[in-house]
Amino acid sequence: MQNCTLAQNNLACAEVSPQARATVWINAKRLSYQELNATIHEAVFGGAKVVEVENVNGQRYIGRGLNQPVEIILHGTPGNDLGCFLNGPQIIVRGNGQDCIGNTMNDGKIVVHGDAGDVLGYGMRGGKLFIRGNVGYRVGIHMKEYRRQVPVMVIGGTAGDFFGEYMAGGIIILLGLEQTDRPIAGDYLGTGMHGGVIYVRGEVDPAQLGKEVVVMSITPADEVVLDQHLSEFCRDFNLDYAAIRNKPFIKLVPTSHRPYGRLYAY
Amino acid sequence: MNSHLPAEFIVKVDHYRCRRCKRCILNCGFSALKFENGVVAEHHKCVACHRCVTFCPEQAITVEENRLAYKANAHWSVEVRKNILKQAEQGGMLLTGSGNDKPYLSYFDRLVIDACQVTNPPIDPIREPMELRTYLGRKPDSLGNNTAWNKKIGLDTQLGPQLKLETPIIFGGMSFGAISLNAQKALARAAQACGTFMNTGEGGLHKDLYPYKNNVIVQVASGRFGVNQEYLDQAAAIEIKIGQGAKPGIGGHLPGEKVNQEVSETRMIPIGTDALSPAPHHDIYSIEDLAQLIYALKETVNYSKPVGVKISAVHNVAAIASGITRAGADFIYIDGFRGGTGAAPNVIRDHVGIPIEVAIAAVDDRLRQEGIRNQVSVIAAGGIRHSGDIAKAIALGADAVAIGTAALIAMGCRVCQKCYTGNCSWGIATQRAELVKRLDPDQAAERLINLLQAWSLELKEVLGALGINAIESLRGNRERLRGVGLDDTSLTILGVKPAGQ
Ligand code: SF4
Ligand code: SF4
Repeated sequence: MQNCTLAQNNLACAEVSPQARATVWINAKRLSYQELNATIHEAVFGGAKVVEVENVNGQRYIGRGLNQPVEIILHGTPGNDLGCFLNGPQIIVRGNGQDCIGNTMNDGKIVVHGDAGDVLGYGMRGGKLFIRGNVGYRVGIHMKEYRRQVPVMVIGGTAGDFFGEYMAGGIIILLGLEQTDRPIAGDYLGTGMHGGVIYVRGEVDPAQLGKEVVVMSITPADEVVLDQHLSEFCRDFNLDYAAIRNKPFIKLVPTSHRPYGRLYAY
Repeated sequence: MNSHLPAEFIVKVDHYRCRRCKRCILNCGFSALKFENGVVAEHHKCVACHRCVTFCPEQAITVEENRLAYKANAHWSVEVRKNILKQAEQGGMLLTGSGNDKPYLSYFDRLVIDACQVTNPPIDPIREPMELRTYLGRKPDSLGNNTAWNKKIGLDTQLGPQLKLETPIIFGGMSFGAISLNAQKALARAAQACGTFMNTGEGGLHKDLYPYKNNVIVQVASGRFGVNQEYLDQAAAIEIKIGQGAKPGIGGHLPGEKVNQEVSETRMIPIGTDALSPAPHHDIYSIEDLAQLIYALKETVNYSKPVGVKISAVHNVAAIASGITRAGADFIYIDGFRGGTGAAPNVIRDHVGIPIEVAIAAVDDRLRQEGIRNQVSVIAAGGIRHSGDIAKAIALGADAVAIGTAALIAMGCRVCQKCYTGNCSWGIATQRAELVKRLDPDQAAERLINLLQAWSLELKEVLGALGINAIESLRGNRERLRGVGLDDTSLTILGVKPAGQ
């Protein structure tokens, strides 16, 4: 392992053996987001396959501008817009996340071992976003899919209001593990949804649903989808798959792919 | 109950001159003409786009307003009555295209430009060089120079990324989806040829436009259609679209039937699905959130290109512009209430927002008062019709203007306002292959180049008359404007004196 700071980064990384070079350690203490992101960028372009960052403390936009299949492991709490426009890397957060994780994400994977904030996966088009704990408001708004790009979001805990609003494609799975008195999702669930599917483990009060979604029961095809993503989720967080599957799921789908088709007089 | 609204226009065919070539029938994008022992018109389908009139080899066809003797009523105008009937029948919002057509007062038409006489000489632009070049982007608060005795004197100040315009006119955002790919190609070619910029709108960037990347501004709107790293890389600048002059405060909605194979590819959504752009960006509920997206984009492109914000001109535009500047935007694009659109609810287009003239003045004043005018460039748009409007907009305080409708008219648009139908006979606001191919991108580009050249020449004449030789000297120079027939409050807001004073 090699310690890289902003100034010595290139030199230090170039001198070590290819194997050691594969992992680069960065200490984020007192680095601004601009410095930290530039350092990560340099490390990745210097050939790092894994970048581990310690003392992450609120730095924004980590992972921006990277197209490579690199693994970035963050110790601490990354700031807003983690993995914005992400296009390939895998980011693992050993801690909580903040707002806007996976903003307009195109490809790659983000795994957060704690809770996360509001507006996750906004406009997300591809890749995976796994959150172990609870999430805030406006999560999964305007997720969409295109051809083979089908974004997947799995939330281990509960979610706030406007979950999956305007959803146009992709898969969201909400588990409600360790759910206490809080409902599994907030109000306006799936409002304006016109594509994609939301799976919820347990029940949702119909009053919480947006009027553009209907509840359906799970088909064998859904079981395959759930199995695939939940086993990956359980592997990532070391969770008991059987325990998660012991409670039935419901499925929310849009009533129409053209929810606003009849608003106009021509 | 059917309202049986009478046709708006009457298509008249002179059967004596007509040689039955059927060209008109083929040309009508709205299927208003058919052949039954001769050309027969279905008048109610005609939108007065004049395609048939233009292409009839015998000049045998004319379109007239259907002058029915509606009982005159200044309050219950014919349009109002027709609209009520339509809505009573269908129960939906009225859609429209193009820009606000209501006879609001035009401040541009009440402003006149100064000229030099006797006491100071005008300049002849034919003889003397005239500078129209404009740089858009954040300018430093002060300039530091390097004056060490043994070194060449140079600037120390690091300048942020700038857009270099050879003329202070850019093309406003018009998305692929709202307009055809051929129309976008024409805009891109003209922008490249003239040293200026076109804007993709919010519909993504077609691969055919990649070669023009140095003259393309890409938009990031609330639907984030087609936005990914590659998209951001293929641009000279990035614009966050918050609002549009024709429809302030509301989202966009491209109906599924316009999302064909190619539109689907650039927007990166499946064929035939509705493309809904939410009214707000759901990651932006405050100026701080806006700053976050601005810097997310700057970080993603390594601070290599300017990031701006487009808003519609609304009542509080000055304070909003100040917030946008402080949020880190390199330019603000302000779209006045006459700005065009591919589709907008009638009520919004015609009644929401404020005129661009007052918005420019208010924003320029506010940014100057706060001492931050240098930090941001102001692009003014929304109903710019000619070089006179451009000169006035710049004198009021804009750095440059953007044109949309004017550019479409140059390409053949007849402002029939039916862009939302997707049947544009001129191949502009349509995705129907047989209509799109009518617009030759090279010819259309040529016409755009001519227009920009003509306006640039005129701007130079105006500068010459003013006795100044750079557009820079006109910027915010309201002393060289006078108001004609404007009330005191309007004059104060515009910061201009009445004519004669
Ligand atoms: S284009 Fe003119 S000449 Fe030809 S069919 Fe139509 S009206 Fe007749
Ligand atoms: S672009 Fe086409 S449909 Fe729209 S106003 Fe112009 S001519 Fe009419």
